[in-house]
Amino acid sequence: MTTSSNSQKRQLGVLNSDVITLSHGSGGKAMRDLIEDVFVRAFDNEKLSHMEDQARIELSELQAKGDRLAFTTDSYVIFPTFFPGGDIGKLAVSGTVNDLAVSGAKPLYMTCSMILEEGFPVADLRKIVQSMKQTADRAGVAIVTGDTKVVEKGSADKVFINTAGIGVIDSRFNVSSSNAQPGDLVIVNGTLGDHGAAVIAARQDLAFETNVLSDCAPLNLLIADMFEACQDIHCLRDATRGGVATILNEFVRDSKVGIKLAEKAISIRPEVRGICEILGLDPLYLANEGKIVSIVPPAYAGKIIDVMRRHEEGASCSIIGEVVESASHMVTMETSFGGERVVDMLVGDQLPRIC
Amino acid sequence: MKYVDEFRDPEKAKSLFCEIEKISKGVREKLGRQIQLMEFCGGHTHAIFRFGIEQLLSKDIELVHGPGCPVCVLPMGRVDDCVALAERSDVIFTTFGDAMRVPGSKKNLLQCKAEGADIRMVYSPLDALELAKRYPEKEVIFFALGFETTMPSTALTVLQAEADGVTNFSLFCNHITTVPILESLLDSENLCIDGFIAPGHVSMVVGEGPFEHISSKYKKPIVISGFEPLDILQSIYMALAQLESGRAQMEDQYSRVVPKDGNAPGLNAMQRVFELRDYSDWRGLGTVDKSGVQVTNEFARFDAERKFPVANVKIEDPSECQCGDVLKGKIKPWQCKVFSSKCTPENPLGALMVSSEGACAAYYNFGNMNELQELRKSTEIADVTK
Repeated sequence: MTTSSNSQKRQLGVLNSDVITLSHGSGGKAMRDLIEDVFVRAFDNEKLSHMEDQARIELSELQAKGDRLAFTTDSYVIFPTFFPGGDIGKLAVSGTVNDLAVSGAKPLYMTCSMILEEGFPVADLRKIVQSMKQTADRAGVAIVTGDTKVVEKGSADKVFINTAGIGVIDSRFNVSSSNAQPGDLVIVNGTLGDHGAAVIAARQDLAFETNVLSDCAPLNLLIADMFEACQDIHCLRDATRGGVATILNEFVRDSKVGIKLAEKAISIRPEVRGICEILGLDPLYLANEGKIVSIVPPAYAGKIIDVMRRHEEGASCSIIGEVVESASHMVTMETSFGGERVVDMLVGDQLPRIC
Repeated sequence: MKYVDEFRDPEKAKSLFCEIEKISKGVREKLGRQIQLMEFCGGHTHAIFRFGIEQLLSKDIELVHGPGCPVCVLPMGRVDDCVALAERSDVIFTTFGDAMRVPGSKKNLLQCKAEGADIRMVYSPLDALELAKRYPEKEVIFFALGFETTMPSTALTVLQAEADGVTNFSLFCNHITTVPILESLLDSENLCIDGFIAPGHVSMVVGEGPFEHISSKYKKPIVISGFEPLDILQSIYMALAQLESGRAQMEDQYSRVVPKDGNAPGLNAMQRVFELRDYSDWRGLGTVDKSGVQVTNEFARFDAERKFPVANVKIEDPSECQCGDVLKGKIKPWQCKVFSSKCTPENPLGALMVSSEGACAAYYNFGNMNELQELRKSTEIADVTK
């Protein structure tokens, strides 16, 4: 079934407006035009084309792929809406795809629910939706149902997106944050803090000029290959808000172990380091949107690294530390200077320092 | 990264650690006890923990972490005044990021913002002045704090506001000065500090003179230091060399940045805009005469304390808090009665737990592995038995 034929089955409505108005959320023709012209036309797939209130998915299709359903949801609010290396749409698809994939699931279907602020430019909305479609295609998932609400100006900041997703977990995989064992190795798929730094630099209150791009990307294909290389990956999470340090602290707490990092092995772009040095931030806590932290049995580490390097998103992967026995369940780091320090959970946001 | 990595070279560090190890043996013997060096500045404390310098350093030396974290020493009453100013509907209150979490008696600025006050984080006082131009119908108050490092930028912003004819911009001035607090520490009884690592960025503004004065008055070695790990190690070595040869001088390790006489344009601006207050309150250290500044009469129209009613109520530090003893080197952070129990970075009771530059917060976050591991183990055991 080709996707282009789906939308040709029926004549889709056409949206004749430059900005979103309250009428686009009123349930009438204006709303239908918005949904059909912007969302259905772009997302374009068989399940969506029926325009029912829900997408219908055959259980047999799911059952053939594994023995457990993975089901997740996430809401996306970001300023600025468009940032170097991505936009809120790319983020909304990548984030949910990655949340599914780190369970070992193959992500299959997603929802797209948007809250739009009155006055939001339709051209920007189309760009966001296109970006969602491109990212979904890249990840091999279909956006099969959705919702839009329009709120009065000032009641929301431009656009908020919620996406939920389902995927099926292969019966061979059993990954959990409580599975880390002493001797395991910690692998990340590249440089840390790119997303956080790109967004900080893009905010106009800091007149930074840098070329740093957000790492925002769906990682399910990379992750699928990692699981093929090693069915027994012990822990796997995507390191978004709170950065790699936060994920590692979750692992040590849940697995009742310690982790010892080697600062030397952690790669951080010079631009990101620069921003961190200026603002007094720690890249280990900066947000990423295309980074996963995995804890793997040492015997498989080489094989996993090999398959990761074949992917663009894993090309600069490295082993950054190892799991150790620890009664205090702490993450520590051997600094590149030769000292050792604790890498703890953050209390709140990292705040730039005075001087 | 240029100008950074050179000062973090582990190989060079190794040889410095060796030299320090050698020289400290003799000094320790001479003193008949562990050598106590105080790094005054929170920036140094932060670097010492971040790079794990303390564990690598000779056990003959103990580093005492000084009061040079402006956010930490901000008294609760002043935070309450900030909250009261920020809650005014005609005010946009602007502040550096790390001041947002400093606890007041009822709430901090983050909570105040969540309740609807217009509080904005800025990176420079000039950002606040720009906001004042953008919102002429509002009064934009800049929460001016910090030692002499940040004073010139505040003073120059006031001069800029005057030149631009801006009338809706003012300072809530909480700038504090380095030398009086250092002297008050040195005057206190039972102080056990053999030498000082002095703040490089304060010196960049005020020059070497004030530290020269202290070193000759109190007969203590003082080394003005940069903030990279090799800077700090070299400064420690220089202080030890003075102790070994029985000297007590001001030396400048950070001469690549610090001009002997300081920064003249900065000092001139400070002199026009600020004058010494009779006294200032310090969280953890009490009231110290002439240890802070206020806006001069000439610039009274830029002084939020004169434009708006400010209660300026003094609130005593919690009695169980032992920040003063930690600051004077009498106890280490983890020896404080409330460290990591009643006083944590989430709910700081004392000054030193407030900002990541505070000694207790630094210990809590980055701290000495052995003590922390023991401590966390015992708290976990306690949790289990609940």
